Amino acid sequence: MFMPDPSRLRGTSLSRRRMALLGGGLVAGGVALVVLALTVASGAGTGLGLVAGTVLAYSGAVRLVWAARRRKVDLLPWLCLGWLVLLGVAALLAPWLPLPEGRNATVALTEPIYLEPLKYGDHPLGTNGAGLDLLSRAIFGARTSMVISMSAILVGITVGGLIGVVAGFYRKGVDRTIGILTNSVLAVPPLILLIALAAILDPGIRNMSFALALLTIPSMVRIGRANTIAFAQREFVLAARAMGASKARIILRELVPNVAMPLFSIAVVSISALIVAEASLSFLGLGIPQPEPTWGNMISEAQAGNTMEDQPFILIVPGLFLFMTVFSFNLLGEQAQRRWDPRSAKL
Amino acid sequence: MTTPSPVLTEKRSARARGDLLLEVDDLRTVFHTQRGDVAAVDGVSLRLHAGETLGIVGESGSGKSVLGRTVMGLVASGPTTTVTGSVRLDGQDVHALSPRQRRHLWGPKVAMVFQDPMTSLNPVKKIGAHLTEPLRLHQGMDRKAAREQAADLLRQVGIPEPERRLGQYPHELSGGMRQRVVIAMALSCNPELLIADEPTTALDVTVQKQILDLLARLSAERHMAVILVSHDLGAVVGRTDRVAVMYAGRVAETNRTAEVFAHPLHPYSEALLASIPQLDAPPHTWLRAIEGRPPNMAAPPPGCRFAPRCPRAQDVCRTELPELRDPRPAPDGSAHLAACHFPLLTEEDR
Repeated sequence: MFMPDPSRLRGTSLSRRRMALLGGGLVAGGVALVVLALTVASGAGTGLGLVAGTVLAYSGAVRLVWAARRRKVDLLPWLCLGWLVLLGVAALLAPWLPLPEGRNATVALTEPIYLEPLKYGDHPLGTNGAGLDLLSRAIFGARTSMVISMSAILVGITVGGLIGVVAGFYRKGVDRTIGILTNSVLAVPPLILLIALAAILDPGIRNMSFALALLTIPSMVRIGRANTIAFAQREFVLAARAMGASKARIILRELVPNVAMPLFSIAVVSISALIVAEASLSFLGLGIPQPEPTWGNMISEAQAGNTMEDQPFILIVPGLFLFMTVFSFNLLGEQAQRRWDPRSAKL
Repeated sequence: MTTPSPVLTEKRSARARGDLLLEVDDLRTVFHTQRGDVAAVDGVSLRLHAGETLGIVGESGSGKSVLGRTVMGLVASGPTTTVTGSVRLDGQDVHALSPRQRRHLWGPKVAMVFQDPMTSLNPVKKIGAHLTEPLRLHQGMDRKAAREQAADLLRQVGIPEPERRLGQYPHELSGGMRQRVVIAMALSCNPELLIADEPTTALDVTVQKQILDLLARLSAERHMAVILVSHDLGAVVGRTDRVAVMYAGRVAETNRTAEVFAHPLHPYSEALLASIPQLDAPPHTWLRAIEGRPPNMAAPPPGCRFAPRCPRAQDVCRTELPELRDPRPAPDGSAHLAACHFPLLTEEDR
């Protein structure tokens, strides 16, 4: 077998040692910049320093991995996955984590209000106007966001996917009826539909999940239907029929496993849309009510008075959580789609 | 399985007698399309005895695949299709059965091997699942027995390490292997009739021979009747007892395979045979092709369907549809039937 020169790296003229040195230097510089931004700089300088430091450290990390693995690795999906896993574990274990009070304002009466983030050890991300800890609130907010969007997407996939498979398999009248129903749901702007639903349903995790599930069902029906039509023409369906399989068996054993893949990849992308939708509703005061934190109602706290000008971190902390989570889901969803796109399925 | 079930023993004895297994009478399959009705199969009659192998040859669009599917009942009367005539499989009229009853024929009575092994296996199901599902469905086997039977089937179709293969997905197997799996699947419920619809078209030439030999071996071992549908005359010769040449939805000529290949009566069969490249032909020999194209099936010519392309065609050919008949009835009763007004008879025949 051909063994490449171990000191050479693929895709660059730099030697392995030089690449490692460069990467290490960049990481050190980035970290130093971040520390400087947090301790010395003030105002806009802090933000600028943080962003520049992060970018530097990231490009350094890419080079370090390049040197270690001998080939260029796309770190971003791994970072996204890491963030989602970290957030998921924190959200799952939130009640048992040693977090300061984040929900009950009467317990936090003695806590200082509007503490800035990253300056105080016991409130790493600061506190809000009621003295409630922002890290704790963000993690508990992740809990509600995740539970709502995950359950909504699960309901959406199963119900919508099954309806879509049935429509795509039977065609004709069944398909037309289902088509009219899904199109009429799709015709209503999603946010208007959500607001209308919020008006008649009591706000709560279960009803929110239901409303958001209703929102995802039509698109799942369409994707399920389109994929079913494509797969139903493949010969293995005919082969199953020729071995005496019933229609129910063909749907459940031959079609559903195939249609599940593209549905799953769409679901990962849709989760981010649902998180945003849930946050928008909470921001409008139609979602989960205070004091139970969600990212949406945390952001809406920044509306009061001059908060946005005087204590921008009230907006920035939940905003960053929302941004990073949605970004991660989108990026991973895109990868999943590329991986399981039915058009590229050569099997 | 040491003691065969009573059903299986009964099946075996019926087979051993060489009884009439399949009786197709004046079968017509008409598809109602937007451009008019198309008779893909137009008045075909066939007989097939237990253990016998019948080849159906013809060019693309001659209706041979639709014939196979109609015989099986996969194509049946419905909103877009009308099937007339009768298909009697072991005495049962396939098209008179309810869809549910018909479904119970598929697998234990008649099974099909499809053309493309790349698409006739479900990509997300393991080989084991493909093979055990029909066994559990039709023969009520438990999981363990079905798995053992499945491994045994793979061994019979010549797949090494069958236990390991059961846990693999179709994409992990080569094309020839996959076609063997498809054949094992069709054999799983021990059918009396196997319809192989161009089983080798999608395979390499070297693998084609292996698959055809495998089918011939299995047919002999199990005393199973086989209909081998193919456009490849080379696949049919030597591996079938009888052959039916199809053109434009009708049988043009039928007899024992050796007879048809040695003395074709129909000009179409003759032209088909002449278009096979010969290994012993001198270099730079022109291949003989059949002029023209098959007729538009939505509006077939009134007389013989081959008349527009036939070098021997006369006026009567363009007005009168020839019946399938034996132009020189032999004393031993083996009929060499041809649907032609002017069959290719030699001097001594006349």
